Order: sequence, then C-alpha cells, then structure tokens
Amino acid sequence: MEGVMQTDAKMRTESGAESSPRGPGCSLRHFACEQNLLSRPDGSASFLQGDTSVLAGVYGPAEVKVSKEIFNKATLEVILRPKIGLPGVAEKSRERLIRNTCEAVVLGALHPRTSITVVLQVVSDAGSLLACCLNAACMALVDAGVPMRALFCGVTCALDSEGTLVLDPTAKQEKEARAILTFALDSVERKLLMSTTKGLYSDAELQQCLAAAQAASQHVFRFYRESLQRRYSKS
Amino acid sequence: MKETPLSNCERRFLLRAIEEKKRLDGRQTYDYRNIKITFGTDYGCCIVELGKTRVLGQVSCELVSPKLNRATEGILFFNLELSQMAAPAFEPGRQSDLLVKLNRLLERCLRNSKCIDTESLCVVAGEKVWQIRVDLHLLNHDGNIIDAASIAAIVALCHFRRPDVSVQGDEVTLYTPEERDPVPLSIHHMPICVSFAFFQQGTYLLVDPNEREERVMDGLLVIAMNKHREICTIQSSGGIMLLKDQVLRCSKIAGVKVLEITELIQKALENDQKVRKEGGKFGFAESIASQRITAFKMEKAPIDTSDVEEKAEEIIAEAEPPSEVFLNLLRVSKPVLWTPGTAQIGEGIENSWGDLEDSEKEEDDEGGSDEAIILDSIKMDTREVSNIGSQDAPIVLSDSEEEEMIILEPDKNPKKIRTQTISAKQEKAPSKKPVKKRKKKRAAN
Repeated sequence: MEGVMQTDAKMRTESGAESSPRGPGCSLRHFACEQNLLSRPDGSASFLQGDTSVLAGVYGPAEVKVSKEIFNKATLEVILRPKIGLPGVAEKSRERLIRNTCEAVVLGALHPRTSITVVLQVVSDAGSLLACCLNAACMALVDAGVPMRALFCGVTCALDSEGTLVLDPTAKQEKEARAILTFALDSVERKLLMSTTKGLYSDAELQQCLAAAQAASQHVFRFYRESLQRRYSKS
Repeated sequence: MKETPLSNCERRFLLRAIEEKKRLDGRQTYDYRNIKITFGTDYGCCIVELGKTRVLGQVSCELVSPKLNRATEGILFFNLELSQMAAPAFEPGRQSDLLVKLNRLLERCLRNSKCIDTESLCVVAGEKVWQIRVDLHLLNHDGNIIDAASIAAIVALCHFRRPDVSVQGDEVTLYTPEERDPVPLSIHHMPICVSFAFFQQGTYLLVDPNEREERVMDGLLVIAMNKHREICTIQSSGGIMLLKDQVLRCSKIAGVKVLEITELIQKALENDQKVRKEGGKFGFAESIASQRITAFKMEKAPIDTSDVEEKAEEIIAEAEPPSEVFLNLLRVSKPVLWTPGTAQIGEGIENSWGDLEDSEKEEDDEGGSDEAIILDSIKMDTREVSNIGSQDAPIVLSDSEEEEMIILEPDKNPKKIRTQTISAKQEKAPSKKPVKKRKKKRAAN
C-alpha cells in the first residue's frame, strides 16, 4: 500500500516539475500522528508536522455548567495552552478560529445540553502552528467518537517576497514571508471552513493559495484515512 | 465538569487489596511505575511519563534586572499548570489548593535546595541577571503528580542551554546559537521527590500511589532527596501521625529510588546528547513508537501545484462581476464639512433609494391585489362552510361562545342588559334555545 503511494507521489512530482518552474517549496513536511495516548480524556491525539507538535485532548459529550448550557445543541469549548507562560490574546484568537471550525463540522444537535471540550497543548512550535492545532483537534475528535458532518484539516501557505508559494512553512519561512494564509477545509466537498491571513497579497494570490491548499488537503485526508485504517485493522 | 465520585464498594475493594499486599496494576509495595523520558527538538523541553501520568516541561530564560536584596543572583521561577486535559475536574485559570501545594513543594524541592547555582546566572551585578523560568504542564493525571513534575523539572533544567553572553566594559553581547554554542546551567545536584501513601492510619505504606490509591489514602509523605542521600525537603500531609521508624524507613526507600531515577535521567540525557552530536534525528517525532497501531507516520509529501495559477485565473474569470448596486456602495463618498470643526460622511448624500422604492411599490400593488383575490375566495369558502354547518347540525350545536354568554350575562352584569337596547334582548332570546335543546337531549339520554 505504502509502496504504491510513494511511486504515485514520485510520478506526481516528476510531472509537476516538468510543467512548472516551481522549486521544491511545494511539499508538506513529514506527518506523524498518535491517537489515544492519554488515559483520562475521552479522545486524544498528538499531531506532528515536521518539528511542530500539538497534543489534543477531548472530553465529551459530558455534563455542562448551567450557565453555559445551550438547550438545543452541545456547547463546544476550545482551550489552547501555550508552552511558555499564560494564555494571551493570540491564544484566545486562535481558540476562537478553531472553535468556529469545529462548530461547523461537529453535529452538536445530536447531543443537546452537553459540553464538548477540546484542550490543545502546544508541545513545540516550528511553523504552521494553527494548521497543526486544527489537525490535532480533528484527530482527537475522531478518537473521542464525536459525531461529525465531515472531517477537517488545516493547511498553511506562505508567500515570500517574490510571490513564491510555500506550503506548510517552517518557522524560518514564516518569518521571511510576505503573507501567511491558513485555511481549514472539509473532507466532503473540499470547501473552505475557515481562513485567516496575515500580510499583503493580491486577489489572484489568494485564489492560488486556496487551490494549493485544496491540493494539499487531499494528502492530509489521505493521511487521516490511512492512519485510521491502520488503527482499526485487525492485524 | 465534576470529578466522578469514588463509590463505597470501590473504596472498600481498594483498601482490602492493599491489606492483602496487592495493587491493582500488579506492582509490589515499593515498586515505581515505569518512567519514560523523551526530549523535544528545542533545548530544555522534555516529556516525562510516570506510568500514565504525563508532564511536559519547558525551560526558558530571559535577561532581567535582579532583586534588590540579591543583586548578584539569578532568578528561578517555577510554574506548574494543571491543564484541563489532565483531568476534567481541573478548571483553567483557577488556583486550587492542590495546585498551590504542588507549586510550593516544587519550589522547596528545587529552589530552596540550591541545586542550581544562581550566582552563575549573574551577568552584570545589580543590573542584568538571567531569569530561568520552568513551565510544567500536567497532560494526564494518573496520580503522583509531584514525582513526575519534579523529575520533569530537573530533566528540563539539565537539558537546557542558555545563550552565551560576554561582557566587555559596559557592553553586554548576547550571542545567537549560530554564533556561539549555548551554555548549560551549572547544576550542583539533582533533587527528586518520592511519594509514600499511607493507609489505615499508617499501617500500610505504598510507594508511587496511582490516582485510585491517592483517593483512598489517609496520608502522604513526600521526601525530596538527591543521589548523595541528602534530604532536600520533607512534607507530610493528610494529618496522620508517623512514628520515627516509619520516617526513617521511608527515607531509606527514597534513597534507593532516587539513585535509580538519577541513573535513568543521566542515561537519557547522554543518549540525547549523543544523537544531537552525531547529527541524527531527534525530537518527539522520533520518539513515537511506530510499531503501535494507534501511531502512523507519513514521509514528506510533494504536492503538485503546477495548475494552481490556472485554477486561480479560472475562478477569477468565472466570478460574476459585482452588480451595480454593489458598485454604488463602493462609490467613494466625500466628507462633508457642515460647521467648522466637524467632518462627516454618510448624511446629506444623494439618496439612491428612490429607484428602489418605486419598484417595491409596484411589487406591493401586485401583491396586494393578489391577496385580495385570494381573500375573496376564502370568504366565499367560509360562507359555504357555515351554511352547510347550520343546515346539518341544528340540534347538536353547542357553540362555546353562546355558552359563555349565557353564564356571564345573568350573574355579572344584569344591569347593563336592562339598560341596553331592545336589539340586545333580541339577540339574547335565540341564545337560550340551544340550552333548552340540550336539556331535552340530556333528558332523552
């Protein structure tokens, strides 16, 4: 299975290199994921993209505080904890982005008056942190068995000063970039769930980044599928 | 979310097992759970697993001005966080009693034992010293947080490298890791906490209690010790009286355990350093057990982005040009200066609503006439229905409105009825009829 995948990928690069002058920037770093590694949460996952690593734990559907109770759907909460110091405004903003993405996908109406809590812990940040957080959250939600309309993934694109597109940038590439765009895409229609950007870019560049993110999302979803297939395999 | 309470039968079962010298995870009385140490890619980052308890440690440093009364000493700062990930009962941003107790114990174990040479952290006396910050995050709570946290803290401190600094006259130069290799902290000894749980008023003793055992224990004794068998701190909590012999016995056990753990830490550090020197792969990605069924890895995936530009062009070309109304909105409005000292946008600009209103009016007219027609037809229908109803059911009829009238009129406002015109009486007269009819019916039944 893996052999087939690799040769397929190689063919793709060859064809891609021929038709496009683009350099080696357009590749995803190596991915790794481990699910169900914590005993207390209902679902947990550790997601690694290169040296960026995020640990996620999900509790839910569980009891909810009366003040936070919503009568016709589940209360979704996302907590993002930085590695050093206390959570600040940047973390709050990311929490909100992740929560909105999760709310779009999680079928909360099936569990009214409950709480679903996603706790994310940054383990190491080496670029594309938000995308990694989104991926970790998705894998943890899958592990917890929370019903979802579709899976989602996060992809970060960076545009450097010459307008070259870099997928899944490292911390160094992010620093040099003119613009950084992060998208969340769903697995069914490959449509946009969330987007957040930083820096200057043109109309056409946004569409280019989005198209590249959609292409990258196929790889991420294939990674999801294969890791879950491995998990639920009998051997 | 609240903690799940421990049931009485669970409690009794656990206590009986302890009385029989058995532990639920198959350990002996003095056994530790297995300890695993993994390092991250950055210096000073580690994860310590003590059984299922997991603690993430990260050390960071910063140049600050020293405390007034200790001008030549660096500052050490410990912060243990009980993340909600570890257990649902932990609330974010709340300083619980447990958290305060653990943080204080850590400080006593690591700062007050002078295991780190704080004087070597001084850059310029009275002006600049290093502040070393140790952040510890509990990731999973399965008992004995303090032991795991103290191991994580000391491992992270040993692993940490601070940037090199040079002082020439008044000038302080900070070197990046590329310019000069970062320097490790000078550590005198490694204090490690060992916890002992007591049951049945001190009759039974267990080393390294797990979460369940912690819930049924009567008292806890924590001894921090280094490998030279020097006690750094002792804390007894839970309010049990311990005999001298018990404390001595515990300190002997602690000595053995600390020796084992120190050896493990040193091996782990050496191993990580060797890999880093050789330029091999290191970090959390390498420490994931790839043979595990829950773990999966994917190598670098190249992505074909050759058609991205074309796609983007297509999408932009396909996109509908913005409508005229939208363009009107985009028209830049000029600021208006009504009186000196003010500037305004948005009022007094030509009204573009006129065209819209006209079209709406037309629509309204059409809609109105349509409704009228519909209403007419409905009225017709109702008339027909009412006719049918009156024909079909003259006897069974018992209209609720009529009943109310009958009940209300004689009791509450008899005067009004008298003063009213004759037409009211005429109305009243037929309303009695159905009642009579009903009475007849009841009689018949």
